[in-house]
Amino acid sequence: MHVLPYLVAVWIFLVGCYGLATSRNLIHAVGCLAVCQSATYVLLLAVGYRDGATAPVFSDVKPGSRPVVDPVVQALALTDVVVGATVTALLLALVVQVAKRHGTVDPDELSELRG
Amino acid sequence: MNRRLRLWLVGVGGAGLAALLVAACLDLPRFGGDRHPYGDRAVRASLSRHTANTISSVNFDQRAFDTLGEMSILFAAVLGCVVLLRQTRDEHRDRPEPAEVARPVRGYALLVLPVALLTGLYVIAHGQLSPGGGFQGGVVAATALHLLYLGADYRALERVRPIGVFEVGDALSAAAYLVTGLAAVLAGTAFLTNTLLPYGTFNTLSSGGTVPLLNAAIGMEVACAVVVLLARFLDQAVEIEQDKGEGEVRAP
Repeated sequence: MHVLPYLVAVWIFLVGCYGLATSRNLIHAVGCLAVCQSATYVLLLAVGYRDGATAPVFSDVKPGSRPVVDPVVQALALTDVVVGATVTALLLALVVQVAKRHGTVDPDELSELRG
Repeated sequence: MNRRLRLWLVGVGGAGLAALLVAACLDLPRFGGDRHPYGDRAVRASLSRHTANTISSVNFDQRAFDTLGEMSILFAAVLGCVVLLRQTRDEHRDRPEPAEVARPVRGYALLVLPVALLTGLYVIAHGQLSPGGGFQGGVVAATALHLLYLGADYRALERVRPIGVFEVGDALSAAAYLVTGLAAVLAGTAFLTNTLLPYGTFNTLSSGGTVPLLNAAIGMEVACAVVVLLARFLDQAVEIEQDKGEGEVRAP
């Protein structure tokens, strides 16, 4: 039972990959990439979890009175969210341009190069 | 490559990847286990520098240099979006039409806007004490402004949001982060070392040395970046129109 959270992360990642491979719409593909990325949030937070622990914030918890979860992976998850958001924004901007130049957002129809 | 073959390939590759990942998961440390050597050290370092929110301490003190990289990624992505979503030669700008908004929506949006803005600023200011910080608060503050688009119309939003100012603000706050790091160099330590300012009293607004400064710089950077980013997308949706008879013809 103790590997279940890790397996959830694996499952989310694979579902995202399947969506990316079978996508017929670029906006849907960008969404699938975001799903893949959210697998890494689950994995990071699962790695940092500690039984019976609370958040590593000591504004209302006396230091040392309770165990806290790993703050390093939480900071990494924050970085991950920020990078994920910027990548999504950049890809959506590309999709806007693709839709304008080629008149379609189906990746299967985007086979020819055009200047 | 036809769809059947592609699905088949995805199936085989996915099954292999799944097997490898599951094998890796079985070898990971037990979920909820008690051994977190890096976490324990991060907590100790954070407490020794009087920063109540350990995650802020990790982001803006222990890993401040990584956050500089993260901020640069955000900055570069916004720059990329500004370049990609510019007005091209075969496009023109239409004045957005004034929009009808249902009275309850307008009232609610105008009521919530100042509350949301204040919440964003609060989350930024208390980043070193309570959950939150520059990244989260910046996004809240920036989205709060866009309640004006929902509650009134695009022209009202454009009046309170001069894009040029926000672009300059984005660059200035990115520079402020760098300058804070360089100040540590001038003081004779390494880049972005948190030894410049006194650590203050634990759990007060001015605690944590340079953490609140870097936090504020990031908060301003993220808020400006999100405003600029959303402005580019909204311009595409609301203002920029393709000239008649051009782009459509070029589609196959």
